[in-house]
Amino acid sequence: MHELREEPLPAAPPAPHARGRCIVVTSGKGGVGKTTTTANVGVALAATGARVALIDADVGLRNLDIVLGLEARVRHHVLDVLEGHAEIDDALVSDKRVPGLKLLAASQTREKDDVDTAAFKGLVDTLRERFDYVLIDCPAGIEKGFQNAIAGADEAIVVCTPEVSAVRDADRVVGLLGDRMKITLIVNRLRPALVRRGKMLSVDDVNAILRLPLLGVIADEPGVIVATNKGEPIALDPASPTGEAYRKIAGRIVGTDTSTPEIPREATFFGKLFGGQR
Amino acid sequence: MLEFFKRIFNPQPSSVTARERLRLVLLSDHLALAPDVVESLKADLIAVISKYVDVDADHCDVTFEQQDSVVAMLANIPILGMKPAARAPRPAPPAPEPPLPDPSPASAATAKPRRHRRKASGHAAPAAG
Repeated sequence: MHELREEPLPAAPPAPHARGRCIVVTSGKGGVGKTTTTANVGVALAATGARVALIDADVGLRNLDIVLGLEARVRHHVLDVLEGHAEIDDALVSDKRVPGLKLLAASQTREKDDVDTAAFKGLVDTLRERFDYVLIDCPAGIEKGFQNAIAGADEAIVVCTPEVSAVRDADRVVGLLGDRMKITLIVNRLRPALVRRGKMLSVDDVNAILRLPLLGVIADEPGVIVATNKGEPIALDPASPTGEAYRKIAGRIVGTDTSTPEIPREATFFGKLFGGQR
Repeated sequence: MLEFFKRIFNPQPSSVTARERLRLVLLSDHLALAPDVVESLKADLIAVISKYVDVDADHCDVTFEQQDSVVAMLANIPILGMKPAARAPRPAPPAPEPPLPDPSPASAATAKPRRHRRKASGHAAPAAG
């Protein structure tokens, strides 16, 4: 080893034209927080300086723009681009709060079956040439919308709440994804006080079934609801522990954070009394 | 008040119930999603049973059913008749009934032999992952 000490650090090899990573956020079950997760992880990734494109693949039930607070600025949507009615740059909505973050909204008035899987994958591939990360907000279910959303992805984040139904559906989705891609887990809406009292499945209970690398654990806390009310992703709030949890998730995705995901702590009495957001 | 008594007499936390329900439902799901496994299990079952009796292979039915606390395999295999060869001596005689844990000689003489009750349906639960 010692002779290596004299050697200058080898120059980094010229990066081959690196394609961005495409990560699909999925769960099977609806209502577990896929869209909130996509928004916050996307915001947190962009805050690291990365170029991030978020695609809402939930055609017919467009929501990602709402959670991000960008609904008033959407002019064109994903099917406009796929069908040649809009240029991709006209459809991508910028987020003034986070440079580097762009949103491609879903079409509210169309159906998932209107989306051609190969064309959607082609769109993802185009965006991967221009962005470091392409995050896809997958619709609930395992039908066409799901198949479209995963078509262009090579990584998946499975979002699961500590409930029997959510774990069951997540297990099904993991089975469907199979060996096609790298899969990680975010346990969402954990209530530490309930886990302590034996009234909620723990992170270990969930992952004893799913057996996935744990990317992070998000507490079920009012701040997320308040942030969503306002269209300000909580990952933008420097004072919020949940925002910090999302930023750590982003760090783990980028590879700068190698810490083990921590389990959210219970809110203290005084925290509940004085820490509340409105 | 009722809640208080319930808590005293039913100490199992609901997360334990959730874990157990999850285990069972996933076992059922995985069986349902592996029809090829179930088919080959069925074929093997019929093959084993056919060594001893003639079975109506066309009308065999093997299903899995989630019951209260187990997933049970239910096999409905119509038997057409005995096979003469089935009376041949078996390779090893079945092990005698295991002795009771600590039977005093006097009580053992009078006690009915205890049998492990076993349903015709094999319980798949112990094999659960």
